[in-house]
Amino acid sequence: MVIASVTGDVLLSKAMKQVGDVGNLWENHGIFRVIRSVLRHPLFSLGIAAMAIAFFALLFGLSWGDVSLIAPASASLTFVGNMIAAKLFLHERVDRRRCIAVAFVACGVVLLAF
Amino acid sequence: MTFRKYLVLVGVAVFGSVGDSLLSRGMKDIGTISLSHLQSLVVALANWWVLGGIVLLIGFFAAYMTALSWADLTYVLPATSIGYVIIALIAKFVLHEQVTTARWIGILLITSGVGFVAGGPAFTPLPEHSSPQPQQEHEPELASTRGDS
Repeated sequence: MVIASVTGDVLLSKAMKQVGDVGNLWENHGIFRVIRSVLRHPLFSLGIAAMAIAFFALLFGLSWGDVSLIAPASASLTFVGNMIAAKLFLHERVDRRRCIAVAFVACGVVLLAF
Repeated sequence: MTFRKYLVLVGVAVFGSVGDSLLSRGMKDIGTISLSHLQSLVVALANWWVLGGIVLLIGFFAAYMTALSWADLTYVLPATSIGYVIIALIAKFVLHEQVTTARWIGILLITSGVGFVAGGPAFTPLPEHSSPQPQQEHEPELASTRGDS
């Protein structure tokens, strides 16, 4: 689930950056044009496929345990994985502030499992 | 960051956490699903709690896509992680699960992390020497409308 989720997040983020600011596009071109350009983006389809795999993995997990256990356990690893993937593949500037924030949130969601 | 953009981030957190909680409630009715009985997943789709969860998660997805169009992934994820706090509160007061001291400390850490990232810039612009308009490879007529982050 973690691998599928990180892959989906990175692909969807890349796709949406290439589409542009949805709010501005909505005002300038209308909602249907925005939806069409998002749905037709090839990276969006790949991202959806990865997120679908992550979703069904979550359904399996939720049928075995509490939502307050399954969701944080997978999410803490996903946070760290996303930070590394965003720096490597999206070339985002992950500064000290964001590192601290991700560390706090990752530790926090781990504690939620206890 | 405008008020509308903060509302989108709140939507990501609320829709995602409440949607997950509805799915959890519904899957408790369905019971454990094994890999040898995948058809049980189709039965799960007929559960009203699961359906409600899916509807809210569609709303979550729309808000998430909107946020990713004007903010970095490493900004959106920590900033919307306040949803895990909402999940913990729903687990305690609605699903009647136990919330221990460790979980309350976790809630405090997550809230601190959200405060850290929310105080910084939402979007880090690309360096001057890099490719100026990578988004023009696709849908060029809609590109270059980056928001006022």
